[in-house]
Amino acid sequence: MADKRMTPDEIVAELEDGMTIGIGGWGSRRKPMALVRAILRSPVKDLTVVSYGGPDVGLLASAGKIKHLVFGFVTLDSIPYDPWFSRARETGSITVTEYDEGVFGTGLSAAAQRLPFLPTRAGLGSGVMDLNPSLRTVRSPYDDAEELLAVPALKLDAAFVHLNRADARGNAQYLGPDPYFDELFALAADRCYVSTEKIVETAELAEAGPVQSLLLSRMLVTGVAETPNGAHFTTAVPDYGRDERFQRHYAEAAKDLEAWPKFVDRFLSGDEARYQKAVAEFGESA
Amino acid sequence: MSDATRAEIAVVACAELFRGDGEIVVSPMGFIPSLGARLARLTFEPDILLSDGEAYLMTPEAVVEGWQPFRKVLDTVVPRGKRHVVMGANQIDGEGNQNISAIGDHSRPKKQLLGVRGGPGNTANHRTSYWVPRHSKRIFVDQVDIVSGVGYARAREAGLRYHDVHRVVTNLGVLDFGGKGHAPRLISVHPGVSVDEVVEATSFPLITDGVAESRLPTEAELLLIRTSLDPKAKRDKEVPS
Repeated sequence: MADKRMTPDEIVAELEDGMTIGIGGWGSRRKPMALVRAILRSPVKDLTVVSYGGPDVGLLASAGKIKHLVFGFVTLDSIPYDPWFSRARETGSITVTEYDEGVFGTGLSAAAQRLPFLPTRAGLGSGVMDLNPSLRTVRSPYDDAEELLAVPALKLDAAFVHLNRADARGNAQYLGPDPYFDELFALAADRCYVSTEKIVETAELAEAGPVQSLLLSRMLVTGVAETPNGAHFTTAVPDYGRDERFQRHYAEAAKDLEAWPKFVDRFLSGDEARYQKAVAEFGESA
Repeated sequence: MSDATRAEIAVVACAELFRGDGEIVVSPMGFIPSLGARLARLTFEPDILLSDGEAYLMTPEAVVEGWQPFRKVLDTVVPRGKRHVVMGANQIDGEGNQNISAIGDHSRPKKQLLGVRGGPGNTANHRTSYWVPRHSKRIFVDQVDIVSGVGYARAREAGLRYHDVHRVVTNLGVLDFGGKGHAPRLISVHPGVSVDEVVEATSFPLITDGVAESRLPTEAELLLIRTSLDPKAKRDKEVPS
């Protein structure tokens, strides 16, 4: 019976330069931040990142890990803009494919279903078409003959998601109100890696919540890492909400290039255990 | 003479957006539109469903009456069209195009904003209104830099059969695109605002025939806003009097 437990660093060691990586969650919500932090301290580079973006995008941009970004938005939710993402765009240091939120999901669905594209109305007439000259339309072969956007499959080399509970074989569960698009990220990827608050016995999963909360089957999961508080500073309700004070601290440091190295020294220069210790100390200093 | 504040008049103008909507999901972005949606739900439009901006549909008493996570919104609610969204706008032009993506050249913007978000899909699929708390020429521009929400000319060209940009409510008045050939029109000014003031704060020409005065809240509406929906008067921060 396969035991898929790995450490975040072992997971990231399986990435290669130039890969296309999907990151689950939504904005500053249930982001696999421990895995993102593992990418920050790895040598991997030139990534194409596919994300309903939050601080995952900002932090990866801060370390120059992103070559190309596929996105519909980047926001910290309670703070509208991520300063590192803004800087990366305003200095032209990354290239982007900008999709409508729905078009983005349609691209993941096409990849999940092994289709070359799926049709949608979303995007037609908008900047999404102006900015992506490679996008094509398709005409309905039925009597309506409507012209629709053919959203190309958004295939991922690897997907990273963070879920509340998992077992050692990769069955994974969300306990909050929203699964986001994590299942589609897993289905669209060749390999899916799950970070989780807690690895439990399989029998405990169905005890912790309704069976519908078992979002990912182990057949979709390549590796699973136990990373308590691993979505910090984004929300992973009901385990914890967003650390708003820390997020403000991040955003303030990210705005100021002189303050940023101090933030990196204090929080991002060591491993995950050191990060969590520094976060606990930051919490006590309130 | 009513003692309603500008913010309260804007709340009522936002509530009026939903008149006649019936049993559909209403998704207001921004504080004053969300007060407007709850006011409409409690008074003249009792069948609308209110999204909390997260995974729930909620009654005004904060009782959960439905589950609506983001994937469901994008896969089924938006494409099916039983929704009325009120979005913000960093730029709006005379054709009704809206921009929340970025200012300047997209390859290297002067200012990066949120991204197009759901604007393209919303405007392709269902009724869309906009809320602008600070009406100015910087927002009401000749031409938006990047089209997030699709306006009338582009919708026609793209064959968007369900396109329906309804109104724009601002701190000064209410606009729509109901002129000849979907020309932009000022339909009402809030009490204390002149037509000239709105025209001067808008880069593109507005039709100003038959401009009304935005309606005042009723006593019952004022009571709801002040005692139940927003007792701490947070609305005054979004629109000062």
